[in-house]
Amino acid sequence: MTLAWFARRLMLMIYTVIVVSMLVFAITQILPADAAQSLLGENATPEMLAALRAKLGLGDPAWQQYVRWARHVFTGDFGISMRTSLPVGPEMLAALSRSLLLAVSAILVTLAIAVPLGVVAALRQGRLTDTGVSLIAYLGVSLPEFVTATLLALLLADTWHWLPATGYVSPLEDFGGGIRHLVLPVLTVSMILVAHVMRMMRSETLDVLKSDYIRAARLKGLPERTVLFRHALRNALLPVVTIIALDVGYLLGGIIVIEEIFAIPGIGRALMVAITTRDLPSIQAGALIMAATYAVTNTLADMAYAFLDPRIRYD
Amino acid sequence: MTELFIRLMRKPQGFVGLVLLALIAAACLFGPALAPYAPEKIDFLGRFRAPGWQNWLGADQFGRDILSRLMVGARSTVPLAFIATFVGSAAGAIIGVGSAYLGGRTDEAIMRTIDAVMAIPGLLMALLLVSTLGNGAGNAVIAIAVAFAPGMARVTRSAALNIRNQDYVKAAIARGEAAPWIIFREMLPNVMAPIVIESTIRVSFAVMLFATLSFLGVGAQPPASEWGLMVADARQYMHQAPWGLIAPSAAIALTAIAFNLVGDGLRDALNPKDER
Repeated sequence: MTLAWFARRLMLMIYTVIVVSMLVFAITQILPADAAQSLLGENATPEMLAALRAKLGLGDPAWQQYVRWARHVFTGDFGISMRTSLPVGPEMLAALSRSLLLAVSAILVTLAIAVPLGVVAALRQGRLTDTGVSLIAYLGVSLPEFVTATLLALLLADTWHWLPATGYVSPLEDFGGGIRHLVLPVLTVSMILVAHVMRMMRSETLDVLKSDYIRAARLKGLPERTVLFRHALRNALLPVVTIIALDVGYLLGGIIVIEEIFAIPGIGRALMVAITTRDLPSIQAGALIMAATYAVTNTLADMAYAFLDPRIRYD
Repeated sequence: MTELFIRLMRKPQGFVGLVLLALIAAACLFGPALAPYAPEKIDFLGRFRAPGWQNWLGADQFGRDILSRLMVGARSTVPLAFIATFVGSAAGAIIGVGSAYLGGRTDEAIMRTIDAVMAIPGLLMALLLVSTLGNGAGNAVIAIAVAFAPGMARVTRSAALNIRNQDYVKAAIARGEAAPWIIFREMLPNVMAPIVIESTIRVSFAVMLFATLSFLGVGAQPPASEWGLMVADARQYMHQAPWGLIAPSAAIALTAIAFNLVGDGLRDALNPKDER
């Protein structure tokens, strides 16, 4: 792991954030023929329009608007919400922390379910267990989050009354209640992730089991358990790091829907509220923070991967 | 083509997938003609009627027949997802092949930018675009197409890189053919297989994404019987009429499964050597 590789990877991350910020800004503020009109709706008076145009600096060339916005964002100033008149940045970051709790729990649950299932499917390749696991995987990737969320809520909260249907309680204030409110959303997010990771784990385990070093370990007379846990699993688990990192992108998208359904005040819900109320600074901040989170996670995952497997060099 | 079809039918997944697709296609083509009731027909005596002989899949909060709404709704869900995928895939494929053709630093710059664009999750990209373009089914299609293009570009480019070094492409360059000719006539036809496989699987994402946008209220608008919209409507009444929720959910899932199965079947049929 050379310093140059690290530096290059960091440069790519910065490039990603810059491209994303340009794109987000272009879509939200430059693309609309008149952002002020689309923000205020059709009932706006000419004076209101003129005031907002002046406030947003819509008369300036596009690149000047972008540079002005980017300079503020760089210092952590995302502007003032048009809905609440509060600074957008702190609000969005607080929301992000609640979303991260959901996301991290979902990833942990996914690993706990998907890794064993994938290995079992690989060990029993072609048999009934394998087919069953594949069927579950198919179902997982074929149900959109809003369907899974609604069906789970119907079953666990509505019919059996095991869990609260919606809402958010901070686990710092009420640990038990916080966890109970998290179960349904976490289960929903995990559904699709489990399908991805399980498939990956299955095919990786199959590949590793066919390799020479596994045959060597068996011929050496090592017990099957040692072969499996010490030799096979260690190698099969590596690519899971990458697929989890790539799935963070999906996860962040899925969180928008799930937070909306379960009324969790995370960044996804904040973004949805911003979009429906046309709160431009909040939309820009939310989208940028989400994409930046993805870029940072992926960079960290790449570094972890290179650290765990010294053979790997992306170039 | 027929050989491919036969090979696809021989695998259980390909067979099930194709049968499901045929059913969905039939619903899109003949749905309104076959539906037992008109999709907007209100029957106040039959509100929340459970599934039975009168309404096979039950009735919703206005007594509208759910089966009829599903059959008619197929038209406002599946073809649109198909168009979005087609447009997005075509754009992505051209970018991908073009990038592979240009090669070197230009290719590097294009691909790093594509990677960067993909840091925006698909649903977020679609939501941003729809919020700018305005709510509605047509704009949702455009948004999904744009959200799909970068991913397709990446898949196509990696396939096209191999083609780029083939002798026939080198020969075409040596002959002094124009870039568009090489991209469209020499390279693109030879990367069609991975493009077709990837876009078939992506139709299932498009169906789900489109339904999600409608569910969130920015895609198809009421009173359309788009499936995601039907789920959103039924959620309020899930105590009285869970069937109103389950039927459209199952329709979405079955459609997604069908395209996933056919995509995987195509992958097997086109790469007979790969045993997995």
